[in-house]
Amino acid sequence: MEIQEQTRIALATLFPLATYTATPAGAEDSDQGEGVPRGAGVLATDFSGCGGHLDVLCLPDQVVDVARIMDDQGFFLEAVSGVDWIDQQQLEIVYDYNRLDGQQCRVVVRTRVSRDQPVVPTITHVFSAADWHERETFDFYGVQFQGHPNLIRILLPEDADFYPLLKDFMP
Amino acid sequence: MTVPIHLRHDETFVLNLGPQHPATHGVLRVKLTMDGEYVVKAEPVLGYIHRMHEKMAEAGTFAQFMPNTARMDYLHALAFNHGYCLVVERAAGIEVPERAEYIRVITVELNRIASHLLWWAAFLLDLGGFTPLLYAFDDREKIIDLLERVTGSRLTYCYMRFGGVYNDIDDEFITGTRAFIKRLRSRLPSYYHDLVTHNIILIKRIKEIGIITPEQCRRYGATGPVVRGSGISYDIRKNEPYSVYPEFDFDIPVFDECDSMARYMVRMQEIEQSLRIVEQALDKLPDGPVMGKAPKMLKPPAGYFYSAVETARGSLGHRLICDGGKNPYKLKLRSPTFSNLSLFGEVAEGMMLADALAFMGSLDLVIPEIDR
Repeated sequence: MEIQEQTRIALATLFPLATYTATPAGAEDSDQGEGVPRGAGVLATDFSGCGGHLDVLCLPDQVVDVARIMDDQGFFLEAVSGVDWIDQQQLEIVYDYNRLDGQQCRVVVRTRVSRDQPVVPTITHVFSAADWHERETFDFYGVQFQGHPNLIRILLPEDADFYPLLKDFMP
Repeated sequence: MTVPIHLRHDETFVLNLGPQHPATHGVLRVKLTMDGEYVVKAEPVLGYIHRMHEKMAEAGTFAQFMPNTARMDYLHALAFNHGYCLVVERAAGIEVPERAEYIRVITVELNRIASHLLWWAAFLLDLGGFTPLLYAFDDREKIIDLLERVTGSRLTYCYMRFGGVYNDIDDEFITGTRAFIKRLRSRLPSYYHDLVTHNIILIKRIKEIGIITPEQCRRYGATGPVVRGSGISYDIRKNEPYSVYPEFDFDIPVFDECDSMARYMVRMQEIEQSLRIVEQALDKLPDGPVMGKAPKMLKPPAGYFYSAVETARGSLGHRLICDGGKNPYKLKLRSPTFSNLSLFGEVAEGMMLADALAFMGSLDLVIPEIDR
């Protein structure tokens, strides 16, 4: 079986109501282009068009389950980043997964939290790489990764009291 | 050699390595907890030259970010040019003429050789060998002169454009490059391998030092020569071919020893493979324009885009998120050494200090790229 299909099926177990349309945390995805799932779930995407094979939209408390499945499937975590959707008062956390074994499958996992209380569980216990990447996302966006062993500033000075990548931050 | 340590916590002390310690690269600081000569805990402290490139990307138009790309990894700047161009071209659907693709590959590969030569020089300098630096800089200077001729700059290139490259290569560049390939090939066995690779002092210093298991590579998301020195054949140029790389016949050097020597050998052989690619690209170089059709003001459609290239240090990813406007809504730079360095703490545990420094050198760190 193709790795993309295998991963899609493994991830789909997290979303039993695959067609359910309730957007996570009241997300309104109207600003995103075509091919982006509107509700939580897995969507196969065109690699040559967007550079990924699977697009997963999940609830904030599902990121650990997703990470465990990705770990079982032999993926590695490439990056964690944030996006400030200020018009909807939401922060999005984007996880990029990829494989080292030569099979092509890039997976992007996205989740949205409210801008006032950006809290997501950490995945450092699943992927050690998440340690620094989550610290960086905390550094730039103020996202609280619950359970992170050492959630302190990584690139900015330790006494910084701002989150520079928020859209309303002006230096 | 890694020696199991029986900790006596009451006798450890903290050693501050950097940020300006001459034995480290650039402005990286490592907080080392030491038990005598042995490292108990190593904690890299980053951010001394953090410049917030991601905010700069959001503040300007797509084209305005182009010069920034070369200022992250100043040793393999053209690959950063290339990576950013690829993601924007993917988002905006811009076609690149074939000649431009060939020129991109030629310049990127020359730059990769220059980067590996400088790593080789600096690594041996770390280990206390000064002479090799002079040989490597001699050869690297030739590459920089060649690239200066086409790109106009020596280090921080801003050569590529969305839809092509800014300047065509001329006959003098082609003759010069062929002469350089011949020269480096004749020098590699004697100046590089006889003098250094087979040198017993080097072998004693780096063989079986800094073992990174394949599983550690996966957990920490390491890429580039670090994973290829751990027996994993992962190179974006082969695994996810971009540009015109599928046209060329080249190998991906892989070594199974997982130690610093394996990473050293990977880079040395990559120099030879890059020479092969440049040679083939010069032979096959097609005629035609070097710039395709690209609008002056880009407005890619809204969406999530990702693109990766293989730099000298590993996989460089750009995660671009557009909202339909003329500025990138978000540009995440996934730099390879940020992930590669994150495993340093775990691997350096229990090493002797001098070995830890040799191991750190074998990771090929470029600090501006980690700090961004």
